[in-house]
Amino acid sequence: MLCTFHYKNMRDVSIIGVGQTPVGEHWDKSLRELGYDALSAAMRDAKLERIDSLYVGNMLSGELTGQEHLGAIIADFAGLRGIEAMKIEAACGSGAAALRVGLMAVASGMADFVACMGVEKMTDPPPDVVTSALAMAADAEYEGLHGLTFVSINALLMRRYMHEHGYKKEDFAPFAITAHENAVHNPNAMFHMKITPKQFAEAKPVADPINLLDSSPIADGSACVILAPTSIAREFSDNPIRVRACAMATDSVAVHSRRDPLYLEGAAISAQKAYAAAGVGPADMDLFELHDAFTIMSALSLEAAGFAPRGRGVGLALDGEIGLKGRVPITTMGGLKARGHPVGATGMYQISEVALQLRGEAGANQIPNARLGMAQNIGGSGASVVTTILERM
Amino acid sequence: MEVARFWRTKAQRYQLVGEECPHCKSKIFPPRDVCPTCEKEAKTPFAFSGRGEVYSFSAVYNPPAEFDKFAPYTVALIRLVEGPLVTAQLTDVDEADVRIGMPVEMVTRVLREDGERGNIIYGYKFRPVLLDHGREAARAHAPAHQPVPAMA
Repeated sequence: MLCTFHYKNMRDVSIIGVGQTPVGEHWDKSLRELGYDALSAAMRDAKLERIDSLYVGNMLSGELTGQEHLGAIIADFAGLRGIEAMKIEAACGSGAAALRVGLMAVASGMADFVACMGVEKMTDPPPDVVTSALAMAADAEYEGLHGLTFVSINALLMRRYMHEHGYKKEDFAPFAITAHENAVHNPNAMFHMKITPKQFAEAKPVADPINLLDSSPIADGSACVILAPTSIAREFSDNPIRVRACAMATDSVAVHSRRDPLYLEGAAISAQKAYAAAGVGPADMDLFELHDAFTIMSALSLEAAGFAPRGRGVGLALDGEIGLKGRVPITTMGGLKARGHPVGATGMYQISEVALQLRGEAGANQIPNARLGMAQNIGGSGASVVTTILERM
Repeated sequence: MEVARFWRTKAQRYQLVGEECPHCKSKIFPPRDVCPTCEKEAKTPFAFSGRGEVYSFSAVYNPPAEFDKFAPYTVALIRLVEGPLVTAQLTDVDEADVRIGMPVEMVTRVLREDGERGNIIYGYKFRPVLLDHGREAARAHAPAHQPVPAMA
C-alpha cells in the first residue's frame, strides 16, 4: 500500500520568502487583493521582482465569489502577466496542495522561482450559503444529499470516538484552550483572547457533541511562500528553510466508505510518505502544525501521524503535552481554532508558521532552537491530506 | 431541472440496491463499480435488507441553504446488517431518544425539495425498528431447529 518516493535525481528546494495577511473579516478587500497582499509580502521577503510560476490553493472562489480562473486573475492583478499560473483545489487541503505542486516544479528543474499561495474569501455571502459551499468537501451524492454539514460529519466522528474510547466532551477542551493561548501573540491570528475550561464547558452547542469552542471559525485570508533551489537560496534569504518532504495521500471522501471511520488512513499514508522521504519520524519533530478544524480532528491527526497511539490523541492533550513547552507542541501560532480557518488558505498559513518557527521569528511563541517542524493539512474529513516537513539549514 | 441526475440513482435510493463483489463477496453500498475491499471490478446488483443499527448520530441545527425548512433533523451513520456503513437521516424519532447501537430500518421519504418548480427528491432514511418487524427479523435469523442443550 505504502509507496515511498525518495526525491532521487531531484533538486533540493527551500523556502526563501514568507508572506501572510492577518486572518479575519476583510470587508474592505476582495479575493484578488487578499491574494496580492500575501504574494507581494512573500516576494519582498525574498527580494524578488519576478517569479516563474504561481500556484494558487483555493477551494471556494467559484461558489462564494463567482470567480474561477484564479491563477490568471491574481497573476495579472499582481503585475505578473505572462507567467505560468493556475488554481489548485483539494478542499480544505488546497493550500498545502499548492506547495506540493510548487515543489514538483522546482525540484524537477522545470522552474526556479515559484510562489505557492493559499487564498480564501468567505465573509461576503450569508452563513447558510457558506455552509452549503463547505459541504461540497463531503460526498455530494451520499452525504450532502442527506443534509449533512461539515460540522455534523465531525460530530458523528466525535460521538463515536467518545463512545469507543470513553472520553467526555470536556476532555477535548485542552485543544481549544492551547490554540487560543498561542494566538494571543500571533499578529496574524483572528482571535487574541484566551478561553477557560468553564467557557469551553458552557459554549453553545453547534452539532452535539460539538460546541462552538470545538470549532474553527471561517474567515478571509491569504498566505504565500516562495520556493527556490537550495543551491542558490542564500542569495535571496539569510535564513532559507529546506523543504525536506511534502507528500500527499487520499482516502474515501465519504466517511461511511472508510475502512475505519476513526482512523484517518489518508493522514497516516501522507505522514508515512513524508517521514520516508525525509528519513525522520514523529519523535524528531520540534513542532507539529495540525489541522484542528474541530477538536476531534486534532485527536485523529495526532494518532494518524504517529504522535499518539489509537484512542490516545485526547490523552496526550490532557497530559499537558501539546503546549509550547510540551513534548508535541501543536497549533503554536493559534491553529485553525484561533488563528482562523480560511479553508483553502489554511495549509499555507500552517507552512508559513512552521517556517517562521524554524527561522526563529515566532516571537513570544518561539519553540527554542526549533530545527525540524511538520505541518499537516487535511481536505474534507480526511480524504486529501498533505504532510510537509521543513528544516532549518 | 437535473432530472436525469436523480432518475439514474432510483434503485439505490428507493430500494437500497448496492452490489456484491463477485471476487471477495463483500457487500457494497453505495454502489461503486470497484470493490473497496479487494479493488477488483464489482458490478453485481445486491439488494440490502434495510436493517441495521446506529453507529453514530448528530442533530443539524444550522443546515445548508437547501435544507433550511427541514431543520432541525438528525443525521446518522448506520451499520447495515450486511456490513457496510451508510449515511442517512433518522426519522420518526426524537434525537434525545437515539442511542448508539439502536436497531433501525430503512424507509423512503422526501430528502429535499428544490423550490416550487424543482424536483422533489425521495430517498432512504432510517427509523427505529417497529416491534413486530423486530420479532420477524429475530425469527428469520434463528436456527430452524434449536438443539436442546444436554444437562451438564
